[in-house]
Amino acid sequence: MFELTVNGTSRQVDVPADMPVLWVLRDVLAMTGTKFGCGIAQCGACTVHLDGNPVRSCLLTVGDAAGKQITTIEGVGATPEGAKIQKAWLDLEVMQCGYCQCGQIMSATALIKAKPTPTDTDIDEAMSGNICRCGTYVRIRAAIHAAAAA
Amino acid sequence: MTHMPSRRLFLQAGLAAGGGLLIGLRLPGHNRALAAPEVEPFAPNAFIRVAPDETITLIMSHTEVGQGVYTSACMLIAEELEVGLDQITAEHAPPNNALYADPFLGEQATGGSTSTRAGWKPLRQAGAAARIMLVQAAAEKWHVDPATCTAEHGVVHHTPSGRSLSYGKLASAAGLLPVPKDVTLKPASAFKLIGTPAKRIDTPAKVNGSLRFGIDVQVPGMKIGTVAASPVLGGKLISIDEAAARAILGVRDVVKLDNAVAVIGDHMWAAICGLKAAAPKWDDGPNAGLSSASIVQSLAAASDADGVEAHASGNAKAAIASVTKRLDAVYQLPFLSHAPMEPINTTLHVRPDGADVWLGTQVPPRTQAVVARITGLRPDQVTVHNHYMGGAFGRRLDVDSVEQAARIAKNLAYPVKLIWSREEDIQHDFYRPYYYDKVSAGLDVNGKIVGWLHRTTCSSVMARWLPAGMQKGGKLDPDTVECAVETPYEFPAQLNQFVQVENPGVIVAWWRGVGPTHNVFVVESAMDELAALAGVDPIEFRRRHLGKDPRARAVLDLVAEKSGWGQPLPKGTGRGVGLQIAFGSWLATVVEASVSERGEILLHNVYVVADVGPVVNPDTLAAQLEGGMIFGLSMAMYSEITHFKGRVEQSNFHDYRALRINEAPKVHVHIVNNPNAPIGGVGEAGTAAASAPLANAIFAATGRRLRRIPFATGQLSQA
Repeated sequence: MFELTVNGTSRQVDVPADMPVLWVLRDVLAMTGTKFGCGIAQCGACTVHLDGNPVRSCLLTVGDAAGKQITTIEGVGATPEGAKIQKAWLDLEVMQCGYCQCGQIMSATALIKAKPTPTDTDIDEAMSGNICRCGTYVRIRAAIHAAAAA
Repeated sequence: MTHMPSRRLFLQAGLAAGGGLLIGLRLPGHNRALAAPEVEPFAPNAFIRVAPDETITLIMSHTEVGQGVYTSACMLIAEELEVGLDQITAEHAPPNNALYADPFLGEQATGGSTSTRAGWKPLRQAGAAARIMLVQAAAEKWHVDPATCTAEHGVVHHTPSGRSLSYGKLASAAGLLPVPKDVTLKPASAFKLIGTPAKRIDTPAKVNGSLRFGIDVQVPGMKIGTVAASPVLGGKLISIDEAAARAILGVRDVVKLDNAVAVIGDHMWAAICGLKAAAPKWDDGPNAGLSSASIVQSLAAASDADGVEAHASGNAKAAIASVTKRLDAVYQLPFLSHAPMEPINTTLHVRPDGADVWLGTQVPPRTQAVVARITGLRPDQVTVHNHYMGGAFGRRLDVDSVEQAARIAKNLAYPVKLIWSREEDIQHDFYRPYYYDKVSAGLDVNGKIVGWLHRTTCSSVMARWLPAGMQKGGKLDPDTVECAVETPYEFPAQLNQFVQVENPGVIVAWWRGVGPTHNVFVVESAMDELAALAGVDPIEFRRRHLGKDPRARAVLDLVAEKSGWGQPLPKGTGRGVGLQIAFGSWLATVVEASVSERGEILLHNVYVVADVGPVVNPDTLAAQLEGGMIFGLSMAMYSEITHFKGRVEQSNFHDYRALRINEAPKVHVHIVNNPNAPIGGVGEAGTAAASAPLANAIFAATGRRLRRIPFATGQLSQA
């Protein structure tokens, strides 16, 4: 039995210690905003915040996450940075299929929290782990700048 | 993959179940077998449902893969219905070829950049018919002339008397009225919604994780499974360690098929661990020796002989027999996987008397049919719950994974969600064909092309997916020569041929941009090579070969201006151009790229000028061109599926790469205002346009001509 804190709420889960947080969120806690994309930390679709830092939940075990603060896409809008990023995403119509975007938003939120006015190089470094097959990169970049300026 | 449809329109209307107005319309496809003789006037499936509680539901015949078609289709209906996008709810259509067939494709399918072209007029007519009936209902209630009534934002007003009634209150009365025979549509000058950058209807739920894709489905009692199929197509399962799989905590079932095994558990992690423990052993079967080298060799050998003639004007072979300057080039495009971000998944509940299937599919009727076939149920016993898709790019036009899921789920008493790993997806896709194209062309002393021969050698998607779409007695796949036969240019003599070679170990499928993605690369690369041979600027060379088409000249001239064509660039940087007429849209593209001393390709800017005729939503159009371009550049830079010992060698995003944000260029989109032309498609145009201008930019930067995709996997670092 592990105790996880997800979006500020304590949750008890009876799962194996090596189970990735991705599947705990999706299949045990029924929080499906966090997406499965590759399973090997190559695409970033499963990004969550662990104590405020962006991590790939497909490789983060529940054992390692226990006792720490997990924030997911379902909860990130409650933070000022998350709300700004979500608004910019809508204002600029970043999303196409939208499947990768929960992960993009989690990475972008962590970026502007760490660097309130990121440069293009900062954006490249923070966001290059998140793949978008629809190719929305032009707007992701613009939306991060817009959120930072908001 | 498209056929011009008949433009006849069938409208039906009547009382919806539970009251209210239901407007249906039918777009008869070219395939008569798919069109039902008569549609029930009170059919529960239609395009518009106005309920007494004021809810207005628009039923989406096409599917949303991210291209924005739900918003565009709603805009078309709402414009004439006189409602706002904030008043409507979009609903996925159930499988019904009679009601929802795409007139270009002949069945209820989403592909080929046809959705907005198919809906442009009929969806507006459906909206107008509904509005006319609602206004008529109000006029009858008030005993006034309907011409004195107006409709606005879901309310009918009678200004002289100051009365008004909402659509919901009029819906039941309107449902009893006859459908108007003649529906006059607004002129473009009166559009309030069409042509505006209206906000997408699907993005608010996408921004906070609440939107449910197929993979997010949760059904009471559901278990979750994952699958391994034979790594070689045609191979068989020999054995598994079932005891080891069942020993994993949370594993509930193991289902063996002749060519695959599924492990089902309480959650995906149990299924993944169980499948690993099962350690399946395979008999590789007849395709065990398949390799990319042998496939390319067979294509090259077959390309030496004449193929099926797709087009012949003049005598191209004779025309280039004695020219002084000629090009003889081979262009190659690799097998491609689709790799949409949402991995393949199907949720199924099979019962003795029926089945439910939850997924995102581009082909609801094919989904229903395959589940019926595998389970022995009638199609009407199979309910398809369609979903928003996390990308598709053609992958979800096939139902192989649904068939596999049905074969597994019929052994289980409970609902099961079956998810493929990314590795399973990359290695068990149906792939875009390998294209081996030969172009021979000759120049006269004035640098004009006197003859053009283009022979495509490849497998046929059409022959498998839609045999009725084959031409010349089943011998010509028209998709293989789309944008090769009809180019923006006029040549005095032109010959196009198709040589069909089927590789038993690889199944081929539609991939974003279909025929044009293949042929625009070949034609626009060859045009660039000929410009260099002639010693003429690439844009000027194209201008000299254009026909009388003013739209092609206009986009080409504008892209030259927007891209700063001809202005100096740093050493190692080059501009390349491409021109295309595809999916009913005109595009000219300039890519600006540089090549480092180590041979790395860097993408800087892309300039796209598009003339698509009328524009439904300019922001969606720009998004499709930006994203389509990056999807196409991803392919041109990195994408390649190769085979060895029958197996696909790539497995995930580390070796089947996609462009990342740090590698993506700026994309500058310019839209030509041309509201009176026929409407064009845009979902695939950018992808088709991407690769040739990149190859041409690399040539301009380095003098090196790359004739084989992908470009960024070492070709330039080789001496």
